[in-house]
Amino acid sequence: MNSSIANVRNIAKRELGSYFTSPVAYVFLVIFLLLTGFFAFTIGNFFERGEASLASFFVWHPWLYLVLVPAIGMRVWSEERRSGTMELLLTLPVNPWEAILAKFLASWAFLALALALTFPIVITVNLLGDPDNGQILAGYVGSLLLAGAYLAITCMTSAMSRNQVVAFILSVVLCLFLILAGFNPVTDLLTRWASPALVDAVAAFSVVTHYDNFQKGVIDARDLLYFASLLGFALFATSVIIRNHRSA
Amino acid sequence: MINIENLCKTFGHNKAVDGLSFTVERGEVLGFLGPNGAGKSTTMRMITGFLPPSAGRVSIGNYDVAKSPLQAKRLMGYLPENAACYSDMSVHGFLSFVAEMRGLSGDAKRRSVQRVAELCFLGSVLQQQIDTLSKGYKHRTCLAQALIHDPEVLVMDEPTDGLDPNQKHELRSLIREMGRTKAVIFSTHILEEVDAACSRAIIIDRGRIVANGTPAELKNMSEFAGAVTLVAQGADAHKLAALAPAGRVEPLGGGGMRVYPRDRGASAVLVKAIMQLVAHEGWKIEALRTEEGHLDEVFRSITLPDTAKSASAVRDTQAVA
Ligand SMILES: Nc1ncnc2c1ncn2[C@@H]1O[C@H](COP(=O)(O)OP(=O)(O)OP(=O)(O)O)[C@@H](O)[C@H]1O
Ligand SMILES: [Mg+2]
Repeated sequence: MNSSIANVRNIAKRELGSYFTSPVAYVFLVIFLLLTGFFAFTIGNFFERGEASLASFFVWHPWLYLVLVPAIGMRVWSEERRSGTMELLLTLPVNPWEAILAKFLASWAFLALALALTFPIVITVNLLGDPDNGQILAGYVGSLLLAGAYLAITCMTSAMSRNQVVAFILSVVLCLFLILAGFNPVTDLLTRWASPALVDAVAAFSVVTHYDNFQKGVIDARDLLYFASLLGFALFATSVIIRNHRSA
Repeated sequence: MINIENLCKTFGHNKAVDGLSFTVERGEVLGFLGPNGAGKSTTMRMITGFLPPSAGRVSIGNYDVAKSPLQAKRLMGYLPENAACYSDMSVHGFLSFVAEMRGLSGDAKRRSVQRVAELCFLGSVLQQQIDTLSKGYKHRTCLAQALIHDPEVLVMDEPTDGLDPNQKHELRSLIREMGRTKAVIFSTHILEEVDAACSRAIIIDRGRIVANGTPAELKNMSEFAGAVTLVAQGADAHKLAALAPAGRVEPLGGGGMRVYPRDRGASAVLVKAIMQLVAHEGWKIEALRTEEGHLDEVFRSITLPDTAKSASAVRDTQAVA
């Protein structure tokens, strides 16, 4: 057990370090902050709304992450496969799941850092008005889980191909599907043909349905369970893909 | 230490490794030879637990690689074929990472990084990013990684690939040195390395073992082995062929003759008979030597497909004529 924790920590540390030795991390952070700010303040009409909340900030996250998270996650396994370091990594005394978890956690931590750097917006609304900080916290938790869900899916697609571009496109498509299943324009369209029960069932698979609950300030066990099982499933699928790739 | 039983690997319809069995004990250095695509790398990937075998088993020490992979991997150091390293790290950072993954920390980690950096002559590039290293230095970095925990079992896929002649020499002596206390297996295309470093060699072809023995035994499989080459004025092939222990006599350019013994191993008797004949006939000897076998000739004769073999035999006789 101790050695598992040490393995996860060592691999995650290496992985996180590799983000910061290249300019990728800094470029990403700047773009992330610019985009979140741009969407919140101009398209989201942050100031014109006249309310002290971060709704206009969080509402764009499912769409922003759709591109930004695969961009961060696409290299996680593709690069190991392309460069051949996977052979090195998996012949060290580690369990494959330790490596999978470590790589996921490192990228997730990086995304968490990016999200944490948006703190000035929290200070701003607190200076301008009197927001519900509990709701804001719930919003952040939801946003982090959303990023984690996309990231786990990207890890999975990244294990499928040695080509990062393929991994990127596959994960965007899968994540888009997870958004659209609960996206209002789509569900409205569906209700014309399908029974409401079916539409609800499809919508229950969507990240947006669960993400919205967090934005209302509610942290519900069912939503947590949804994200946990999505993460668990995607990471499990990653391990199956990696095993099959080796025994091809 | 390394125990392989009936190991097989199939990729689709391609049988890359087809029923290999052999063992490597502590104190042995096994050279693993074979033409391109023979299945050397695939075998090594199965030994190190990267590829699961289609059939058969591998055990390292007392551990079955399939059943207790972690324990088996702890005993092993592995230099993969392409010597891939994390290219965005510095040499020192990379070696420290591997040391940590091997359970070393603190002072022990620092010492082992220093030890392998010295062994592999990496002192001058420790702070350099691996991306920017030359091919040979990259290769040495990956080699250092395999040695960092001073493993009991060492598996190296083409360890001297890309090294300069001095480094090749150093590495061969290092391998020999390590072979005293460890079980070492390495693949190579350079046949001199078999002589220079191995206590035993296996030649595989299309996934099967075609030869297994000490370098001397393998050389004895050569058709030259034990033949006597004589260069003498006035020498007469017919008289040589008439000697009792002599078999075929092959004329070489420049008045030389190569006499093959009638049965292998009778080469000493043959030399004696030739000496007597020369003294009796009064031929003027310029050179007389017993041939050792050539590994490359053995290698070619057992790994070439039959059609190519006869073609090359034709070429050889033409070259002689
Ligand atoms: N992942 C794979 N998928 C399909 N076929 C493979 C795979 N890896 C190896 N092979 C096939 O297995 C056979 C043996 O390959 P291997 O790499 O073991 O040869 P090798 O003896 O190491 O050759 P070389 O001297 O060129 O390094 C080859 O025919 C190769 O095409
Ligand atoms: Mg090979």
